[in-house]
Order: sequence, then C-alpha cells, then structure tokens
Amino acid sequence: MSAGFGVYVHWPFCESKCPYCDFNSHVCEGVDQRAWREAYLNELDRYAGETDDQTVTSIFFGGGTPSLMAPETVAAIIERVRTRWTCTDDLEVTAEANPSSAEAALFSAFAEAGINRLSIGVQSFNDDALKFLGRRHTATAALTAIEAAQKAVPRISFDLIYARPGQTAEDWRNELRQALGLAGEHLSVYQLTIERGTAFHRERVGTADEEAAVEMLDITAEELSVAGLPAYEISNHARPGAEGRHNLTYWRGGDYVGIGPGAHGRLKSADGTAAVQEIRLPETWLNAVQTKGSGTQKRRAVAQEERAQEVLMMGLRLTRGLSAVDFMAATGVALDTFLDRARVCALQEADFLVFDDAGLRATPEGLKRLDAVLAHLLA
Amino acid sequence: MTDLAHIRNFAIIAHIDHGKSTLADRMIEKCGGLTSREMKEQVLDSMDIERERGITIKAQTVRLSYTAKNGETYVLNLMDTPGHVDFSYEVSRSLAACEGSLLVVDATQGVEAQTLANVYLAIDANHEIVPVLNKIDLQAAEPDRVKEQIEEVIGIDASDAIPISAKTGMGVEDVLEALVERLPPPTGNAEAELKAMLVDSWYDPYLGVMILVRVRDGILKKGMKVRFLSNGAVHLVDQVGVFSPKLTPVDSLGPGEMGYLTASIKTVAETQVGDTITDDKRPATTALPGFKPSVPVVFSSLFPVDAADYEDLRDSLAKLRLNDASFVYEPETSAALGFGFRCGFLGMLHLEIVQERLEREFDLDLITTAPSVVYKVHKNDGTMIELHNPADMPDPTHIDFIEEPWIKATILVPDEFLGGILTLCTERRGEQIELTYAGSRAMLVYRLPLNEVVFDFYDRLKSTSRGYASLDYQMDEYRESDLVKVSILVNAEPVDALSFVAHRAQAESRGRAICQRLKGLIPRQLFKIAIQAAIGGKIIARESVSALRKDVTAKCYGGDVTRKRKLLEKQKKGKKRMRQFGQVEIPQSAFLAALKMGDD
Repeated sequence: MSAGFGVYVHWPFCESKCPYCDFNSHVCEGVDQRAWREAYLNELDRYAGETDDQTVTSIFFGGGTPSLMAPETVAAIIERVRTRWTCTDDLEVTAEANPSSAEAALFSAFAEAGINRLSIGVQSFNDDALKFLGRRHTATAALTAIEAAQKAVPRISFDLIYARPGQTAEDWRNELRQALGLAGEHLSVYQLTIERGTAFHRERVGTADEEAAVEMLDITAEELSVAGLPAYEISNHARPGAEGRHNLTYWRGGDYVGIGPGAHGRLKSADGTAAVQEIRLPETWLNAVQTKGSGTQKRRAVAQEERAQEVLMMGLRLTRGLSAVDFMAATGVALDTFLDRARVCALQEADFLVFDDAGLRATPEGLKRLDAVLAHLLA
Repeated sequence: MTDLAHIRNFAIIAHIDHGKSTLADRMIEKCGGLTSREMKEQVLDSMDIERERGITIKAQTVRLSYTAKNGETYVLNLMDTPGHVDFSYEVSRSLAACEGSLLVVDATQGVEAQTLANVYLAIDANHEIVPVLNKIDLQAAEPDRVKEQIEEVIGIDASDAIPISAKTGMGVEDVLEALVERLPPPTGNAEAELKAMLVDSWYDPYLGVMILVRVRDGILKKGMKVRFLSNGAVHLVDQVGVFSPKLTPVDSLGPGEMGYLTASIKTVAETQVGDTITDDKRPATTALPGFKPSVPVVFSSLFPVDAADYEDLRDSLAKLRLNDASFVYEPETSAALGFGFRCGFLGMLHLEIVQERLEREFDLDLITTAPSVVYKVHKNDGTMIELHNPADMPDPTHIDFIEEPWIKATILVPDEFLGGILTLCTERRGEQIELTYAGSRAMLVYRLPLNEVVFDFYDRLKSTSRGYASLDYQMDEYRESDLVKVSILVNAEPVDALSFVAHRAQAESRGRAICQRLKGLIPRQLFKIAIQAAIGGKIIARESVSALRKDVTAKCYGGDVTRKRKLLEKQKKGKKRMRQFGQVEIPQSAFLAALKMGDD
C-alpha cells in the first residue's frame, strides 16, 4: 500500500488563542464564510490542475478551529475534492473540533457534509488543567462532546496534553485511565512543550521535570498497550488498523496538497519534490487568492538530500519505522545508500535503532530520544 | 644643554592611590609646565587602562623648570616609573636614570608591599630618598606612626619626611626645595664618547618609535647616527627633545639630561630597555651596567571565542607588540579550542593588561587558558627543554626530573588576617623566610613556587585579608620538584587546553575540580560521557555526564517538518564548533566556559 495522497485544509480562526499553541491561528470575528469558501474552492481547482492524476486517500480540516467553519463550506470543499480528483472508496475525512457545546451541536451537520472522523481537542479531563491550558471548555463539556461525536461519525479521536508543570505520574495515570473509558479506537497524547512565540514561552512557563516526564511516557506506553491502543507514532495511539490515515501520509513521506493560510504541501514535480507554502496571514492569503488566483507564498524544489532527511525525520516517528520502499518512493534514493553506515551501527549498538531488510526503525528507547538520535544520524 | 649642577633627576615611588600622580600634577602646575587649561587630571597616565587602574605601564618623564629659593633655576626631571612587580626590571632601569627618589606614603595607610619593593630597588640604585607623607590634611592621618613604620620596615631616616597634601597643594613647594637641596646633581663627561641609556620606548602613530633616554656621557644630537650596543643596529636620529610635558624638540641632550629621540624605528621590538645608545662614529666600548633582555615568565594561550575572529586576533597582537615588546606570541592549535596563540608575559598583571587591551581596544572576545610558568624539563637523555605549554610535556617515562621557578614574595598584612595568609602560603607550598611586625602590620617573606602564585593566589590573598594584604615578588631560583602533568580526558580522549602541570600533592584535587566543572557544562547526550583526570595512564579523578533519558518532539505534522529540519541544519552548523570525543560531540562553548570559570 502506498503512503497515500492527502488534502489538508487550514482554517486559521479560533475563538481564543491557547497559550501553548504555536500553530497559525488568529482570533477574528465575523469571518465572511462565502468569501473563504470561494477562495478554498479556487485553490483546490488550482492544485487539482497539477495533481489530478493522484488518488486522494484523505482530507483533513485543521486549524485554527475548523469546527467553526460553516458546515456548507465544509461540504463544498469535500464535494470539490471528490469532483476534481479520484478518491478512494474509504476516503478518510477528518476535522479537528473543539468540545464546546455550540460546536458539538454541529457535529451531525459536519457528518452530513461528509466528515467521517472527528478529532476533538479535549486536552484534559481536569478543569484546573483546562484553565491552565487556556481552554474555553470544561471537563463536563468534553464528555458531552465526545458522546455527540461518537453518535455523529464512525471514527473519533481526542487529544490530551500531559507533563504539565507540577503534574505527577500518578495524576497522569488516573487521568489516562479516565480517558481510556471514553476513548474509541484512537487517542493522541502529547507531552506539553513550550514553543517560541507562545504565551507560555513569554511567561516562562515550564513543563514537568525530566524525571517525571520520562515516567509519564512509560506509563502512557504501558496503559495504552494494555488497553489495546499501542503507539503507532510518538504521540499517537490506535487500535491496529484504526490509525489516522492522513497523518500516516505525512509520516510515510507521501505527497499532500495544503490549502488555506500558512498550509504546507509536498508535491511530486519533474525534478523531484516541491515544497509549497501558503501565505500565513489570513486576510493577505484571501486577498491573494481573490486577486491573483493563488495563495502560494513560496514554492521551491526540495533537494534530494533535504527530502531524504525530511522523510527520515518523519518516518522514524512511526513505531514500525520507515520502510525501504516508502523511502525510495519519496526520495528516489535507496535507504541503505543514503544512510551513514558507521552512525547507524553506533546507534544500533546502543539499542536506539534497528536496521534490517524491511527498513529502519527506532526502538522504544530510541523513540524516547528521537531528536537526539536524528541529530546523531543526520548531522 | 644645562650644566650638571643645575639638574636633578628623580623618581616618585608610591603605592597605587597614595598620590603619586596628583603630586606630579601639582609640581607640573607649580613649575608652569602647562597652563591650567591644558592640565588634565593625572597628566602622566595617558593610556585608558593606566588611568582606570592606576597602573603605569610605560616610563615617562617630565622636565620641570624650577626657580629655587636661592634664586637659581634648576631643571628637575621627573621620572614616572612603571608601577608593578611584573615590570620590576623596567622599574630598575627607570630608577637607574635618576639620582634620587621621592618616597610618597599615604599618611593614613602606611607602607605597602609594592612600595617596599620599589624602595629597595631605589636603594640598590644608590638613590638619595626623600620621604614624603601625603594626605596629611585628612583626619585619619597618623604621620608619627607612619614615620616610625618607614624607619622600621625600610630602615631609612624619616625624621625629615615632608608632610604634604597633594590634593590641596600644601607642602609641594617644600618638596621641590628638597629636591634641589637634598638630591645630588648627576655626574657625567660631555667630552667622552656618547653613552645614553634606553629607559623605555613606545610607538607613536606619527613619529614612529619614541625612545626615552638618559644621557650619561657625551652629547646626543639631532642628525647623528647612533648605535645600539645590544644588537649593533644603527639609526639616524631624526629628532631629539624633552617633555615639558609637551613634546619640545631641542638641538641636543648632554650629560645628566633626560629626553627622547626618534630615528624612524618601526617597532618597539627593535629597542630594548636598558640598552646603551652610543655614537656610531665614536662608539663607547663598554655598555652601561644592568642591561638584560626581558624574559617572559608566565604563559597562557589566547583563543578567540568566535573562530572567525582569529585573523583579527593575529593582527591585534601584532599591533599591540608594536608598543609592547615584552610579550611574545606564537600560533597554537588546540583540538578543543581551535586556532589561537600561545603568549608569554612578564607576569600576571602584564597578562591581564594585554588581555584587557585586546578586548577593549581591539574589540575581541577572548578565552585565556590557565596561566602556566616555564618549567625546565630534564630528560633521561641528558637534554633539557624549557616547557612553555603543559600540552608539550614529554611522556613521563622520558623525564629524569623537572625544575620549576620559585619567587621570593613579600606580603604586608594587618595582623588580624595573618593566620589566613599563613595558611594560604602553606597550602601553596610556601617556605617562610621571615616574619616581622611593624606596629599592627606583619611583614611576611616567603619563597613560593611561581606556579602556585599564577593560580588564583592573588585573589585568595585579597579575599582572605578583605583586600588589605599587599604582595610583591621577585624571581628567585629554579628548583627540582615533584611535578606532574594532569590531563583531562573526555571519553578517554585528552582535551589539550585543559591540561595543566601541578605538584603531585595537588594534582588530584585540582583534577577533580575541573572534572566537576566540566560535568556541569557538557550538555547531556545520547551516550554517557566519561570525564577523567589522569597522570600519564593513571586515572586520578572521574565524573560522568549521564545519557539523555528523553528528547523527542511531541508533535510533528505536515508543516512542522520544514521547521524541524531547519533546526537540525542549525545544529549541524553548530557542529563546526563541536569537538568529537569518541562517540560524542562536545560544544567548544563547554570548554570555553570551563576556562572562564577558572577566572573566578
């Protein structure tokens, strides 16, 4: 099975900006849904022109808060993708959603629009933690939203953020067990990281100390494996077969179109792979699409070496690792030719990596230190 | 030319802040050398660093014209000597150019070690010494106690000491009179072959090298060809003059006179302090006594913090050496720190001054390795090498024995701090020669290995005595000692810049200290990092940096990969400054920080 081909749609608006979030999101009232809808459709047409030989395997509405989109906008976009590209029968169409009551009320409308998977930004089932994270919902609202989502669509997932400052390993184990009672077949659990440009960074908010973070990482692996949701990526867990296909495309080095402000895409081109980046500021992007017919900020050829690094960085995040076949398909170079033998050997000896005929993968210990492993492998 | 009977040449000996420069300023004012508009505070110290730190690096003279009470006019040449132990040879040459000294002592403080050393140099130079008690106007002044101390400690008659206040000008007239009355006039023969002593030299951007001279015999004239006896070099004299204190050209300088000459000389390195300058046509056959070429005793390596500054550092060192021939340098390559220079200095203060000037005047960010002294390593094959860099130490199996330089140190300290200072000296392998009291102050004379003194001794001395102890030293002798080279190993590979030579008894504790310091500075990595201190093959201390337990980006989706890869690229660039030690790479910055901390 190939890595697939995805369409990413970025909706840049939020009701408020969360203090840990460094994604391209903007707080704005009175978005002109019609104008935005037209712009997205224009962009889809433009990209379809060069990639309509591909078969779309997934669509992903990310943000921002895409659950703030008008359901008819969502429907129009899905419809346009289906018109312009061939899509697989089991096309996965995911939307990120916030668990507020207003949004939850729209879940069935989204389902009607063509969404078949909802990824809910629960983040925590602890009201104090939600407050700390700057979320506008309560734990009770989250429960209601999960229920509504389960009724509306066949597949759901939700996100949790842990390793918050002061959080203990036991706190986390309890929170995780509570979450497991509600989880479907997919769960994303992220350790809190403090990114530049966020309120947390400005306020010098810390995270749990390393000792606790390591312990929580181990608890997560243990609890979720027992529950039948093993990790398939650093922070993503699923029942085997229920993995998020869209994100798998990213991690396996597949191509994707990205539309909307600040969206990135990777597209096959005559001389390898092109990296495409859309204009970041929402109004500027909209204006560019309306007046120039394109929201692209920058398009550049990705050199083979760079592409190979990207694919390795992404592929090693998966528990199953990077297959030699996917690597060749994405980069045009053989994995064992590209890798530095001595470095791989050192990392194998230290039990951080396994390299065999199937490909290259990180061991559980290697996954915990993947950034350092990659730095050692590639630098 | 002035007749000998109307010339007086004198130096001023004083501790920092005891008022030397202020007194000089008052004398210049009294003698009308400068209009008050031209008077700048402390005319003598012209370099920024000199002015800030109160240290005089170069000798300078001022020619004063003084009409005494007897109605006659005298030429008074004030010789400002360099003011620190590192420059004791330069001081001795400046003093040799004079017949007498003013000993300026702060009447509220008393005699300090540095004063003592210079007074002894003046006594050695057969000076007539006139004690002057400054700051007499202050409430805390204790002239009688200080007079007593001068007599007890220095052993000269202080009953005629002149009470003054350089600040208010009180008593300055008396000082000028005393110079005329009490100092002997210089001697010399105008008809004899020219013999002039090279007192000091410096680089002037307009005039080239300026040489400060004191004429002993004969006459130095503009347009004559002079010869330097030390190297036989011959130069045509472009200009002869005096400092009044402004540069004032004159036709000639005769016996007993002080002044300058310029001769289109390009670098100060061509002129050596203490050299004899003579007439090329009618040369003197014997040199003036006391000349010795300057020898660096403290060595240290300088590395630019940013490798890109290497060329700048090289150019700056060359420029600095134009004006300071007493420091030497040569290129050095360190596996840990990259390209730099091994430099030799006259002492610790000299090192600091050079480092500070490089950083300040040339805007360079520098790392200085731990200072080292010159060891004499006697090898089994009977040869001896002078070791300037611990990294060059031969394998222990080839060494018969090692000698290290010792100094004779004089320390003056209020007796309440004596205990701490004695402990410090003992810790540093000191041998007591003398312990005497003068009032409530103790004077200690110790023999100490120089390598113990270059290693934070002065700082410890100051902190132990809350800043009251003063130190002076002179080089003593080389002695055999049980010295070892301690290597610092990271993952079993030596870090050259951190190796050092120490007495066997102290090797372990110092090695351990460096290992601990490095442990705190090396970032954790995928692999455990072993840090060891070793003598030859024997490990004497070890620490380890444990491996990273977790280092992973939680989220990475479509758009993030570009950013993460850029981060990796940045890391890769940083690798240029990384040093490979076995499986791990350690940022140069960790070694730099280890050395920087050594300064504290």
